[in-house]
Amino acid sequence: MSPWARFRADFAASRLALFGLIVLTLILVVALIAPWIAPQNPYDLGKLDLMDARLPPGSAAMDGGLVYRLGTDGQGRDMVSAILYGLRVSLLVGAASGLIAMVIGGGLGIVAAYLGGRFEQVLMRIVDIQLGFPAILVALILIATLGKGVDKVIIALITVQWAYYARTARSAALSERNKEYMDAARGLGLGRASIVLRHLLPNALPPLIVVGTVQIAHAIALEATLSFLGLGLPTTEPSLGLLISNGYEFMLSGKYWISVYPGIALLLTILSINLVGDQLRDVLNPRLAK
Amino acid sequence: MSAPLLQVQSLVTEFGTRDGAVRAVNGVSFDLGEGEVLGLVGESGSGKSVTGFSILGLIDPPGRIAAGSIRFEGRELVGAPPEALRRLRGHRIAMIFQDPMMTLNPVLRVDTQMVEAILAHERIPRAQALERCAEALHRVGIASPGERLAQYPHQFSGGMRQRVAIAIALLNRPSLIIADEPTTALDVTVQGQILYEMQQLVRDAGTALIWITHDLAVVAGLAERIAVMYAGRVVEQGSVDAVLDAPLHPYTRGLLDSVPANNPPGIALRQIPGMTPALAQLPPGCAFAPRCSQAAADCSREPAVQRIGAREVRCIRPLQVTAPAAHSSGEAQP
Repeated sequence: MSPWARFRADFAASRLALFGLIVLTLILVVALIAPWIAPQNPYDLGKLDLMDARLPPGSAAMDGGLVYRLGTDGQGRDMVSAILYGLRVSLLVGAASGLIAMVIGGGLGIVAAYLGGRFEQVLMRIVDIQLGFPAILVALILIATLGKGVDKVIIALITVQWAYYARTARSAALSERNKEYMDAARGLGLGRASIVLRHLLPNALPPLIVVGTVQIAHAIALEATLSFLGLGLPTTEPSLGLLISNGYEFMLSGKYWISVYPGIALLLTILSINLVGDQLRDVLNPRLAK
Repeated sequence: MSAPLLQVQSLVTEFGTRDGAVRAVNGVSFDLGEGEVLGLVGESGSGKSVTGFSILGLIDPPGRIAAGSIRFEGRELVGAPPEALRRLRGHRIAMIFQDPMMTLNPVLRVDTQMVEAILAHERIPRAQALERCAEALHRVGIASPGERLAQYPHQFSGGMRQRVAIAIALLNRPSLIIADEPTTALDVTVQGQILYEMQQLVRDAGTALIWITHDLAVVAGLAERIAVMYAGRVVEQGSVDAVLDAPLHPYTRGLLDSVPANNPPGIALRQIPGMTPALAQLPPGCAFAPRCSQAAADCSREPAVQRIGAREVRCIRPLQVTAPAAHSSGEAQP
């Protein structure tokens, strides 16, 4: 059985994880094709009608065109469309920041483990300091200084996340570094770059992938938090967090749908990523292998 | 006489620890001619592996080569630039490691790892490199090398993996192979096969071989010359037959006496009393003195190397020069 086939079989052993994977795939597909399946373009302010604001789920538009299955928000946006587009923003921000942080932090951590010495010492102390601050605090300060925008949010999220990857990658690479095949690779006269990239990196990758999935879920949650606090993304292109925040003021007047449905979408997204991540951790951890 | 292929002189390799520098290799000297097979024998911690790693330039900080010289094919390796050492490794000097389960990278296919070993030293087309890999696998007795190349290390058994490791070592036709206990982790039957094949292979290719082991039986069948190490020093070296038949150093004698096959069954094996000393707290003078049956007061002086014929021994009271050892068995020559 090829390693890949065994990996798939191990992963599918948990029904819950399989469920998570299916939900996650659905969410990804839906987010990807949102422009073609959304009843309305929620970013096109010309299409929104304030007359339709805060309609409950199932109402028809005043002009009789659309049926708002999940109601509308304060600007008369169709909630279904807003959630679909909001998912895109949340996933984009989460995945982009998670992946870039993984490349930066993982790369630094592996190089630190390979080189050792002062570089490793300095880098790991920076990691310690970085992890000593609460992520949300660092992100808030950065957004306050950098200003709003998707790119700024991604930069802030990379800054608070790279250290996790660096620490994980270093410890994984340290334990791989002392294995005999690393000596063997050096004994073959391979260059440094090829030893790090082709021998150390692939063997240190599994824990990074696990941290990666969990961190992407964290990034999505963190972005939602920032948006909820009114920082980060512009109001014209709401992410899930911003939608929740927008509906928050109407919660007490019984207009629950503006906050609750985006909240459910966010919950499902993070939950499914975590289910997949947990199973990946179990499958990729040789110590838990049966 | 032309210069030997490898000439190690007064090599000292130290490891910095909290208690100061520990000399894992302390003044080791030996020569190796082209195509010659040397058995480097010693207990764990005697410095035999560190000697091998020193030759390859693979000593990492906190370790360093503190003194001595290693000349290989006429070039000095101690203090040579890392890039020059890298070009030698795997090309002119190859290494085979102890644990075949660990020496192959588990996530890369065998062909990837083998081709990589060639392309690190030569610019040839991949297809040509692959052909050479298949040929090398065939040479070490792996059936259908074409299929095997496309597999991952976990699809090979332990013996097969060691064969792959040997094939990799032979790939670039090195003039010296350093084998660090490559058969220790294998079944005895597989061990025998691999030893036999290895012997054929280096003989056919004219490759010199340093076989690091703690197993005297392996050395007896494989090597032409033997160097016995104790606590970082070579205590005795010479031709295998001479050393194993009539050891000069009490330590070699002790090692031979503790091999079951050399003793009549039913009688308790003679052991060397005591334990290998910690390198950080070596006794003054001869490091073996506290365990030696021949030890006397002047053993607290550093013993110099004595040349007896073609042999060398680092002992002030070598067995044959003094009276035959009290405990030596009948096979010791007068």
